[in-house]
Amino acid sequence: MKQQQFIEQQRPLWDSFRQLADELEKPPRRRAAVELERLPELYRRLCADYALVRHRHYSTGLVDELHDLVQRGHRLLYQRKSLWLWRMVAFLWSGFPNTLRCHARAFWLATFLFYGPALAMGLACYLDPDFIYTILDPFEVASMEFMYDPANPMPGRSEDRASATDFAMFGYYIWNNIGIGFRTFASGMLAGVGTVLLLLFNGVVIGGVAGHLTQLGFSATFWTFVAGHSAFELTAICISGAAGLLLGKAIIAPGRRTRGEALKWAALEAVTLVLGAALLLLGAAFIEAFWSSNGAVAPAVKYAVSAVMWTVLILYLGFAGRGRDAA
Amino acid sequence: MLQLDTVHTFETPEGVDLGLRVAGPVPRALAFVLDTLIRYTVLFVLSMILLPMAELGVGAFLIMLFLMEWFYPVFFEVTRGATPGKKAMGLTVVHDNGTPVSWAASLIRNLLRVVDFFPLFYGIGLLSMLINRRFQRLGDLAAGTLVVYTEAARRNDAVIEAEARALPVPLAVEEQRALLDFAERSTTLAPGRVEELAEIITDEHGPAAVQAVLGYARWLERGR
Repeated sequence: MKQQQFIEQQRPLWDSFRQLADELEKPPRRRAAVELERLPELYRRLCADYALVRHRHYSTGLVDELHDLVQRGHRLLYQRKSLWLWRMVAFLWSGFPNTLRCHARAFWLATFLFYGPALAMGLACYLDPDFIYTILDPFEVASMEFMYDPANPMPGRSEDRASATDFAMFGYYIWNNIGIGFRTFASGMLAGVGTVLLLLFNGVVIGGVAGHLTQLGFSATFWTFVAGHSAFELTAICISGAAGLLLGKAIIAPGRRTRGEALKWAALEAVTLVLGAALLLLGAAFIEAFWSSNGAVAPAVKYAVSAVMWTVLILYLGFAGRGRDAA
Repeated sequence: MLQLDTVHTFETPEGVDLGLRVAGPVPRALAFVLDTLIRYTVLFVLSMILLPMAELGVGAFLIMLFLMEWFYPVFFEVTRGATPGKKAMGLTVVHDNGTPVSWAASLIRNLLRVVDFFPLFYGIGLLSMLINRRFQRLGDLAAGTLVVYTEAARRNDAVIEAEARALPVPLAVEEQRALLDFAERSTTLAPGRVEELAEIITDEHGPAAVQAVLGYARWLERGR
């Protein structure tokens, strides 16, 4: 069949597909009523025409025109419109804890990389009052000592932030802490090295500070301050670390897949963990800003709340969504 | 499509091949600069409004700073297909199978931006794009995404204005196609160049040569 005959015969089909695509590409609010159910049929017939046009070596202009139409159809037909609210609930209830349990080894490794140096450095700083200066400079130590000095009216806030309100600190914790979580994950792309270094570094600093302040006798302010949000914050950092380690593993030891494929699979699992960790950090920021800084609450209450938080978190991560397929 | 072109082809479930024109580092860098300008302008305006509002404003500003830093590209890529900067450069983000980018993929590629940015101004990202045939930075590799040119829908309405002439010799399929392509594109070329090209295959000269070649093309297209 000559090209012109073919065009004359099939043009009405292409035009009706084009009209449908024009409407469907508009935002739903401005869309006229369309026969949505015709899309798959029109699209498949269009695909057949496109294949014919290429096979018969018709002109490039015609091939290009149909190529673009097929491309639009492909995007329209295979797009995903998700019920985001439902997906969010499913993610929290089963997707996140299930994925974490699937990668329990990465999580425990990250936990070890974080708490190991934290314990060692904490002990060293507790026993030797000057050991803290091996990791922090005198200004940082002074600022930190000021933050948790029992004489400080706003425990947990440095001198220049002493007047900040709870809400301002809430914003600061979101920006800073969730950012740290994201970076811990992303640096796993450097064959896992970045994640390992960040976990070790954070462990050393947090452990060192805790040991030093305990040795100074600031326990009452320091431990009551961090008790509230510790469960969410520390666990979230370990989960971000686990996500970064998954990326690193895909690069170093991809197993039976190519590196590219292994990386894509690992990234999909990892991003679930990172998102969950970000939500935990959001919770931690809320607690840290509005509860931890509240000096009026008795230490015993703070410790009790902290114990409840840890229990709830462990039960959630350990048991939520068991018996369901990972979402 | 030539091997020379930066076209990534993939097969759809319907069994036809589609091609995507992937975008290189230069348009993407320009898009990034535009996005950065937009981001900082918005943050500047927000800071003028929010920061004087005492502590509540400071908290709100820091939350906005966090959102703009991490989720600005995710939001626009998922809802509009591209950030305003990319849109201005005519780019779209898609999966490597041509479908619109999902939340998970967009989140992956944008969280990993930190690593691509390392050590200085997209050092690793650029290296990765130059090594990779599809110009993917590390975030794209992990997310399985491509940054492609949004092609304006092409429409083939060219009518060949010449009297059909029978071909003096039989032509192979590729040669026939070259004639048709010539006819379609002759309207977009300079007249002198069109004549020059037409004279290659006919003995006639000037506009007569063009009419002759267009006539062959019309004969191929319509048979009369």
